[in-house]
Amino acid sequence: MSTYTNEQVAHLVEGSLDWETTFRMLSMPKDNSRFEQYLKALQAKVSFKDKIVLPLGPHLYIVQSAKTKQWVTQCDCGHVFGDYRENWKLHAAIYVRDTEEAMTEVYPKLMAPDTQWQVYREYYCPSCGTMHDVEAPTPWYPVIHDFEPDIEAFYKDWVGLPVPERAD
Amino acid sequence: MNMMTNKELGFADLLKNGQTLKQFRDGIIERTKATGYYNGQEKLEFRDSDPIGYEKLFSKLRGGLVHARETAKKIAASPIVEQEGELCFTLYNAVGDCVLTSTGIIIHVGTMGAAIKYMIENNWEANPGINPGDMFTNNDCSIGNVHPCDIATIVPIFWEGRLIGWVGGVTHVIDTGAVTPGSMSTGQVQRFGDGYMITCRKTGVNDTPLRDWLHESQRSVRTPKYWILDEKTRIAGCHMIRELVEEVIRADGIEAYEKFAYEVIEEGRRGLMNRIKAMTLPGKYRKVSFVDVPYKHEDVQVSSAFAKLDSIMHSPCEMTIKPDGKWRLDFEGASRWGWHTFNAHQVAFTSGIWVMMCQTLVPTQRINDGAYYATEFRLPKGTWCNPDDRRTGHAYAWHFLVSGWAALWRGLSQSYFSRGYLEEVNAGNANTSNWLQGGGINQDGEIHAVNSFEASSCGTGACAVKDGLNHAAAIWNPEGDMGDIEIWEMAEPLLYLGRNVKANSGGYGKYRGGCGFETLRMVWNAQDWTMFFMGNGFMNSDWGMMGGYPSATGYRFEAHKTGLEQRIAIGDSLPLGGDLDPTRPDYERHIDATAVVKRDKQCMTTEDCYDNHDLYLNYLRGGPGFGDPIDREPKAIENDLNQKFLLPEYAQKVYGAVFTQDAKGVFAVDVAKTAARRAEMRKERLARALPTREWMKEERERIINKHAAVQVQHMFATSFALSEKFTKEFKAFWSLPADWQLLETELNVPTYGSKHRMDLSLLPDVTTVVQVEE
Repeated sequence: MSTYTNEQVAHLVEGSLDWETTFRMLSMPKDNSRFEQYLKALQAKVSFKDKIVLPLGPHLYIVQSAKTKQWVTQCDCGHVFGDYRENWKLHAAIYVRDTEEAMTEVYPKLMAPDTQWQVYREYYCPSCGTMHDVEAPTPWYPVIHDFEPDIEAFYKDWVGLPVPERAD
Repeated sequence: MNMMTNKELGFADLLKNGQTLKQFRDGIIERTKATGYYNGQEKLEFRDSDPIGYEKLFSKLRGGLVHARETAKKIAASPIVEQEGELCFTLYNAVGDCVLTSTGIIIHVGTMGAAIKYMIENNWEANPGINPGDMFTNNDCSIGNVHPCDIATIVPIFWEGRLIGWVGGVTHVIDTGAVTPGSMSTGQVQRFGDGYMITCRKTGVNDTPLRDWLHESQRSVRTPKYWILDEKTRIAGCHMIRELVEEVIRADGIEAYEKFAYEVIEEGRRGLMNRIKAMTLPGKYRKVSFVDVPYKHEDVQVSSAFAKLDSIMHSPCEMTIKPDGKWRLDFEGASRWGWHTFNAHQVAFTSGIWVMMCQTLVPTQRINDGAYYATEFRLPKGTWCNPDDRRTGHAYAWHFLVSGWAALWRGLSQSYFSRGYLEEVNAGNANTSNWLQGGGINQDGEIHAVNSFEASSCGTGACAVKDGLNHAAAIWNPEGDMGDIEIWEMAEPLLYLGRNVKANSGGYGKYRGGCGFETLRMVWNAQDWTMFFMGNGFMNSDWGMMGGYPSATGYRFEAHKTGLEQRIAIGDSLPLGGDLDPTRPDYERHIDATAVVKRDKQCMTTEDCYDNHDLYLNYLRGGPGFGDPIDREPKAIENDLNQKFLLPEYAQKVYGAVFTQDAKGVFAVDVAKTAARRAEMRKERLARALPTREWMKEERERIINKHAAVQVQHMFATSFALSEKFTKEFKAFWSLPADWQLLETELNVPTYGSKHRMDLSLLPDVTTVVQVEE
């Protein structure tokens, strides 16, 4: 099994890892220590003190609040979207591209969906304006709660790490 | 003695153990169910006692399967097989469970197995009999084939008079004799128009195809030359593999071979669970995808009025990864099958996902039915992925399948991302289209059909550490290739006036999706020629990930009465290269002003006439993007601009890039000004946005008032009718009144088939094979 240095994992996170190592990561059996190294690299990047429990996106995490020990979904600007079990999108700012004019802002004519069939819902952080997700459903579609991780089983049974303390 | 022998009883004793194939198969199913291990194999005796011998056997068989594919495909004349590699050979044990497969279109791991199981369940051993040297042919979509153009030849393998397994070979033929030409034609709305359909028919004895079969099959399709050579390809490959198995048994013994043929499936089952635990994360993942079915348009000409409506395929997927490494894929809420050719049999779904999984979760050579046994599938009966009517058409099942699987990609990629395996993340796939198809009299004066397989090279989805690949792959064939222009020009009476990367086709993002490409074709030296379009236009099937945009949708361009013959003769300008910016079309400036041009989003059409010098744009889609576009490196944007992968207008609007262009036309992005512009864009985003819950109030009103296009309402109505759970969740999410409902009957569209249906299992003397929870 391959192993990688913390520096290499940090470069992976930054998108600056050399191709030879990236290719080795792709082709060799996975390194079990990656998750710990990944958390370390991310924790070094963010400006908040809260402990990252699980990364959800390039700027979105489930964190353990340093103050309350509650687990919340948080942007890397520090904006809190609420309890980690809730759908963070319901606490985001949304912009819906549901007209041809709004669609042709982002795609040439004829290359965007017809908004009578499909719309784009852009979910932004209400504090920093980062676009965390773009949904592309039909009109009327419920906001999708797309990920409910089983963090305890993952930490305890899969990667053998102590589960961070959680205050409910 | 007045006792009937096995012969009179119709008991062939093929296994020489006193059991029918069905009894033997039932035993395996029972032992698997009781123990959780395939065939009750808690211990893998052969593998554990002689691991090197086991691996040697694996290597011999796998190598032989790949070798047979590579050798046999040279027999084919069809570019689909010979150039694109649309073939596959698979080895099965006696009950039709896949042992190993070759490279290629490995969706057929399970489809040919389903045909074998159908023969077992319906007592083929008694009638028509299963003997050494037999050949069976199948392409029946109602028992598990993906679409009718995938023709399978299946050969039983005997050792010392005992059936020990099967080998199957499949090729994607160029024409199936459907209502219209091309392997995946549109226009038919039922199975009866899908073309020549063969149900596990005995088509050869003593290693020789039967003459009635040859005569009948060759005249049932438009392209007998390709058909004949495709069959020879399949037969040659199957016989090579049968000989390989005999050779292996002579060298290693029948006991070792048979142990291997069952143990490797249990090993495959464990392998998938180990991979899931090694790479993913337990939990629930919910994703959804859609496909537009725009059949109301005048350019979709069908024989049945009840098929003339716009509708949408709905494929919601709840993927549950369990702490023990098993997973469950539940498609509760999916929409109903329809009167078109995009329906899929449950086996096309359960078998097909491995063609996808071998490119992400299980990139190994040990692809077999083990993975199926580690997966719980739930495909509700009556949905597009498990039809409950024997009339359904399947000619282009891939249209829905590929899109339906998109949800799995995104779920898996979420897990890779959260776990830190960023190199594995793939935002999704291209909608693998357009399909240029048609036929008529070709440049050689023969009746002909074409299906350009340039769709083998669409853009791939972005990764979390790099862009997707341009014009590189199609999810349904890991060995895909766009094919050489020169070969296509020999196979099709269509000259190339351009083959270019399609600008802006890859979804935007920190890492963008791979761009697709476009080829401009001019009809040349054909007679009575027809073509049609098939792809997505009004919708995207794959979304972007984590702030990335979906790829661009499709559109069509075709031109008639172009005047190109005269323009060529006098040396006037010609439409050449790509349709760089469809907002400012340029092709039209190089054809006659009186030309008849169709430039719109209707990417699903039926057979229409083309004269020589008419034009057809074949636009192959890009892949979706990953991450917020305003995180994209300025250098990457600069590169995209200079390579014409991105139009300048969208570098500004989407990426916030501020740039200059020098006298030679070279772009340079200003890093500091771009950063400042991006800070403004964040503010602009928030200025135009609403809190999600505020927006939900507005959307709820639209639902209460039933304000949405008919196709959207139709999709929901068919899903509601099939799933109480989906209906309840929908109503709960939007806090709808208890009496709110939406029925197809209130939409003023044809509802033929919505209430009265008849499943294949209701035919007399038919036992269907069900391999999923329904």
